[in-house]
Amino acid sequence: MALSFEEFLFYAFGAVLLAAALGVITARNPVHSVLFLVLAFFTSAALWLLMEAEFLALTLVLVYVGAVMVLFLFVVMMLDIDLAALRAGFARYLPLGLAVAAIIVWEMASVLGPARFGPQRVQAPPAHAAGYSNTKALGETLYTEHLYAFEVAALILLVAIVAAIALTLRRRPDVKRQDPARQVRVRRRGRVRLVRLPPAGEGEG
Amino acid sequence: MIPLSHYLVLGAALFCIAVAGVFLNRKNVIVLLMAIELMLLAVNTNFVAFARYLGDTTGQVFVFFVLTVAAAEAAIGLAILVVLFRNRGSINVDDMDRMKG
Repeated sequence: MALSFEEFLFYAFGAVLLAAALGVITARNPVHSVLFLVLAFFTSAALWLLMEAEFLALTLVLVYVGAVMVLFLFVVMMLDIDLAALRAGFARYLPLGLAVAAIIVWEMASVLGPARFGPQRVQAPPAHAAGYSNTKALGETLYTEHLYAFEVAALILLVAIVAAIALTLRRRPDVKRQDPARQVRVRRRGRVRLVRLPPAGEGEG
Repeated sequence: MIPLSHYLVLGAALFCIAVAGVFLNRKNVIVLLMAIELMLLAVNTNFVAFARYLGDTTGQVFVFFVLTVAAAEAAIGLAILVVLFRNRGSINVDDMDRMKG
């Protein structure tokens, strides 16, 4: 059975995706884990392109690889981690972890397999026409039916910004810094004291 | 044409690798966060697949919101991680017992 080009792409990207995911959880160095995760996101974006979700695929690359994964990389490189202590117990939990994962894969595959979601049960829709714009269709749904959810999402991002800054902002009492409000509030009375001195030469003589 | 079940099984396998990652790296908070990102990626793949095969854009809108919430979660989680490392000097899960829960 010859693979069509689309099937070849699916199997190639799927294999790379699973290999990258295995790399994320088994890499010895957390920086390598982050880089494997970047590869997994890129490959997923390619798979989403196969499913004609162009806007989301590009969003995944721009937002996830461009922002979130770079944040992960910064944090991983900033922390001085004792790798040996964190790897302890890896071999001990390996059989249990693999067994649980294999059982869940078998269960989900038997439910989601071709018997229920195969080509006989779910017909593949025809590809969209050449002029079809995924971004336009998504925007028309997002800004009409899901407008409130969209605004709530904006609020969630705002809360995340405030929370991240509030958590990591550090007040250091041992550092002298300027406080512009106090500088502006200064009055002459607080700074200058007029002292009445006796005239010169009166005391001597 | 690739049947829907292929994408679903791929998403299931990805999800299970992430679950195994939680088991294997249960001391390293950074890898735990990355395993959560992998799980969300698997779920998003399922959403996109169903949106494509049922011809409904709402699935893609849902992926959009999942991405938003996941970005917020990653930012706050990493901020907590940085504060934790600053206070304890370690990101080992076993060291996080100050609340005696």
